[in-house]
Amino acid sequence: MRSVKLQTLGVGVVFLVALPWLLDSEFLIGFAVLVLYSATLGQSWNILGGYAGQFSFGSVLFFGTGAYTSSILHVTYGINPWIGLLVGVVMGMAVGAFVGFLSFRFGLRGSYFALITLAFAEAFRILANTVEFTGAGIGIYIPLRQEPANFQFTSQMGFYYVILAFFLISTYITLRLEHTRFGARLMAIRENEDAAEALGVNTFRHKMLAIMISGGIGAAGGTFYAQYYLYIDPYIAYGVEKSVEMLLVSIIGGMGTVFGPLVGAFALHSINEIARHYLEAPGMSLVVYGVILVLIIGFLPDGLIGLLKSKKKAGDDA
Amino acid sequence: MMLEVQGLSKSFGGLQAVAQVSLAVPQEQIVSLIGPNGAGKTTLFAMVAGFLKPDAGEVRLSGKLVSGLKPHQVCDLGMVRTFQITQPFAKLSIRENIMIGAYHHTDQPRRAAERAEAVASQVGMKMNLDAPADDLTVAGRKRLELARALATQPKLLLLDEVMAGLNPSEVEEILKIIRGIRDSGVTIFLIEHVMQAVMSLSDYTYVLNNGQLIASGTPEQVAKDPHVVEAYLGHGAAARLTGGDRRA
Repeated sequence: MRSVKLQTLGVGVVFLVALPWLLDSEFLIGFAVLVLYSATLGQSWNILGGYAGQFSFGSVLFFGTGAYTSSILHVTYGINPWIGLLVGVVMGMAVGAFVGFLSFRFGLRGSYFALITLAFAEAFRILANTVEFTGAGIGIYIPLRQEPANFQFTSQMGFYYVILAFFLISTYITLRLEHTRFGARLMAIRENEDAAEALGVNTFRHKMLAIMISGGIGAAGGTFYAQYYLYIDPYIAYGVEKSVEMLLVSIIGGMGTVFGPLVGAFALHSINEIARHYLEAPGMSLVVYGVILVLIIGFLPDGLIGLLKSKKKAGDDA
Repeated sequence: MMLEVQGLSKSFGGLQAVAQVSLAVPQEQIVSLIGPNGAGKTTLFAMVAGFLKPDAGEVRLSGKLVSGLKPHQVCDLGMVRTFQITQPFAKLSIRENIMIGAYHHTDQPRRAAERAEAVASQVGMKMNLDAPADDLTVAGRKRLELARALATQPKLLLLDEVMAGLNPSEVEEILKIIRGIRDSGVTIFLIEHVMQAVMSLSDYTYVLNNGQLIASGTPEQVAKDPHVVEAYLGHGAAARLTGGDRRA
């Protein structure tokens, strides 16, 4: 059983590695980059929200912190963005620890936790808009110098393999949650925090670890964004839109599942591309997001993955 | 002494839920706490297990001070509670539910699963352990509470109304299981409403009413205590009952 699963995973990884050659088009590879990048950010939300049950509305905090850390280090201090990436991941974990400590210490749960993360993200956005070292409202332009050593690539292919690596690492971490005590305890906290605590689970410590892992992954996604688009400003870095995208891909795909964010990211970006092609009005994508979210929560609480699973179950029963 | 409670008090606003309660639970015995609805039994349990901070008083487990500790630290010291309103990890399977308890002593999923299966059979859960906990009946959920707690390998189990809502044959079964747990060396302190259960199960009984201990002794002694009869049946009931005895 387990070896069969491993085989499927192996095939999946080989497929993703070979994908750019199969697609053989800058547009399609660019689309794949977008999907994997979105799925990585979704995985950041998924670990905290889907597994540990702590619904964050402000996960952009981690994204923005990663993006700003590497960009400021790079532009202001001339530090290589690969090093900036690592520092950004540490900073993302630190921001996670900071917000987590303040929320979990005082027992904030459910919608209160969601609101406090949203409030922190907004506070960071306003702060980034005000202080000088973030470039304030003007933002930061990252100079173009397309060398792999500089975390910039001449083709989509280079970015594809970087984001694939990020995605595989974050997905490996998520996969481990399914097979370890740590992951089982996170799920117990999600299902019933008091019962978990009574059974000897240090719920505070586990939630702290979850938000720090989530922070590190989110920050890596942020650095990727900055290097890919070569521009970052307070609204992109700490705006609510990215927070929504992070939770949306998880919820659409299936939160608390290993591949939910990937499925969700693929679905969301496909719809987004189609909407952009056929609906000319700007901002339509947000309307489409809203409608999809309502439909998914109303009819598919377990997401698209849940749909596949129930189909399979029905098939097994027959 | 396994558990010692000294002068434990708790009030919610103007309501004195538990007042100056002192009691003791000796090793490898079954001690029960009874009392009418609203007497403060669950509040007392919550304080003993670390879920509520007492206003005054202290709790000692095998001589060690545990009041002020978090529930998971209390669990580390070997005391674990179940909940009156069952709190299953609804979306996890029955096996995974029990494994959370079993993980207290191992970080190996395989070992935790083995332990979970052993505990499940100890409490008589013969159903498919891969079914979600959500699917369990009331009786099944009560057993699951018991199994999860037991899987942490406690020295002292606090059972909060594990028999409420069960039919007589289910009560009979769970009585057997609880005795079996005691015989395996675990001390048991339980809250119970089902009097038949308390009478046949307990070595010693405390009676709580309006937050105060009003009687203690063997179940037979307590059942005859006029204070206890009044607490359950109302003022004057004891006199009427003993009067009735005389006429008969």
